[in-house]
Amino acid sequence: MSIVLRVERLVRHFPLRGPAAWAARWRGAPPPAVRAVDGVSFAIAEGETLGLVGESGCGKSTVARCVLRLLDPTSGRIEFEGEDLAALRGDALRRRRERLQMVFQDPTASLNPRLSVRDMVEEPLRLHTRLAPRERQARVAEVLEEVGLGRELMDRYPHELSGGQRQRANIARAIATRPRLVVLDEPTSALDVSLRSRVILLLERLRERHALSYLFISHDLATVKYLAQRVAVMYLGSVVEEAPTTELFARPLHPYTRALIAAVPVPDPEARRERLVLSGEIPSPIAPRRGCPLRGRCPLEREACAAEPPLREVAPGHRVACHLV
Amino acid sequence: MEAAADIAEAAPPARGARFWRRLRRNRLSFAALWVLAAIALAALLAPWVAPFDPNLPDPEAPLAPPGWRHLLGTDLYGRDQLSRIIHAGRVNLLIAGGATLGALVLGAVLGAVAGYRGGWLDQVVMRATDSIMAFPAFVLAMGITAAIGNSLLNVAIAIGVTQVPSYVRLVRGEMLRVREMEYAEAARTVGNPDRRIVLVHLLPNCIPPLIVQATLAMGYAILTLAALSYLGLGIRPPQSEWGQMTAEGASEIVTGAWWLFLFPGLAIVVTVLAFNLLGDALRDLLDPRMRGL
Repeated sequence: MSIVLRVERLVRHFPLRGPAAWAARWRGAPPPAVRAVDGVSFAIAEGETLGLVGESGCGKSTVARCVLRLLDPTSGRIEFEGEDLAALRGDALRRRRERLQMVFQDPTASLNPRLSVRDMVEEPLRLHTRLAPRERQARVAEVLEEVGLGRELMDRYPHELSGGQRQRANIARAIATRPRLVVLDEPTSALDVSLRSRVILLLERLRERHALSYLFISHDLATVKYLAQRVAVMYLGSVVEEAPTTELFARPLHPYTRALIAAVPVPDPEARRERLVLSGEIPSPIAPRRGCPLRGRCPLEREACAAEPPLREVAPGHRVACHLV
Repeated sequence: MEAAADIAEAAPPARGARFWRRLRRNRLSFAALWVLAAIALAALLAPWVAPFDPNLPDPEAPLAPPGWRHLLGTDLYGRDQLSRIIHAGRVNLLIAGGATLGALVLGAVLGAVAGYRGGWLDQVVMRATDSIMAFPAFVLAMGITAAIGNSLLNVAIAIGVTQVPSYVRLVRGEMLRVREMEYAEAARTVGNPDRRIVLVHLLPNCIPPLIVQATLAMGYAILTLAALSYLGLGIRPPQSEWGQMTAEGASEIVTGAWWLFLFPGLAIVVTVLAFNLLGDALRDLLDPRMRGL
């Protein structure tokens, strides 16, 4: 299978400004920064869905925005279809967007209130294809039908749509140009539960039909389990474990992953489960880090954890960054 | 086509209709709207609406007080004042409208670029704006007409320049708000060039406060123009304009011809008041917090 997206050692720091930064310069210390993404690597094959999970603030959305170059990465490579997106700019980058799309978390905020559904879905076609107006309209109708929006909604404006319809419109916009990779940034977290499963099913159907690859970002392990073939777990700006979905849920190795999975509610009061509980809170992403990112919270901590654990392959396709495995 | 019919049937409830209904409920501003429509129409159709040729003296009735033949009286030469006011209204509305529109477009572009790009460009535009605002608007307009002469165009430019800063600030502030919206990111993701993001996606979402500002500014522009002309720095005879007519009338006051300054002055007051009332009403209507009231 060919690799569509390969991200290597992606880093994105947000430098701090103000008194703290001046003080650091005064002391000759390295400039303080929020280390949102600190050396993340992963790859997505054609037709594959990679789930990227983690708590809020762990850097998942920053990864997504770097991949789409909505944010400029501090360093690292973002290889899309064999080309480094991190090195592109201007028009060259803009043209790649035909093949690389995104569905945002908030279906309301991500729709321009002054564009109708038709205009919105037509826009990427207008920008990236040489289709004649009539062909464009035909494609818009086709795409809307694919996502399950009726023709009668074509000329509606966002405020005249329901939440589920809005997210379908967002998906329609993302797939209009037949991209190869779609980044889904928590596409269902703003929807209520009854809609969630329908949107998930829709995404799955679209992936199969068009051989799409997804980078699926979520903090909801249940949806990730259903949708993703492989899962990468992020904590504090780095990937701590990556494995095929069934493997990860059956045999989570990293203490953080185990704690995450243990925290998922199970609708069976009799079920006996491993309970691994982390203590404390996520440390500040500003403080320079030494050793394992989970140090201080992990119940299994040893002396070895003072050194930064490398991401090692412990089973085929299963990589973990932990000294204890 | 069948499909087209389907779409037409399912047309959304018009936003315009709701807006119109709410505007009508506010009696005073609705009246202001009618007054402005009447004034604009009279100015537009002046040659047909005015009862006399504004420059034709009536030798039988110099300085005639308001009466049946000359509704608002005549001036020293026997020219019909109603006709003169109607014709002068064209100049007033043209200059005020031109100045406001020009300032709006220029201010919106500068403000949008400054707000979207930020950085040094923002600094340059905003500091230039600040330095214009440091002058009292009227003194600045006087200075400009004094410097470049007072043709129709120059007066419009002078008034426009004093107005640009308010639009720049307004649009820049709005841009800072909308550029952080997720739909701005979405527009970039889809592959829009910057120019299109600003013009198609962001600027249209900044329009409501601009409409309010422009309506209020129209009133100000008319007032500034009248004041400039009153001082002899605006429109000069033979062209006439309300402020300049008021000035002429004021010099006749010793002869007891009160109608010569009262009526042009009233024309200014009514027009400016109407624009202000309408602007206030629009501000209330377009404020999102007032929706649904």
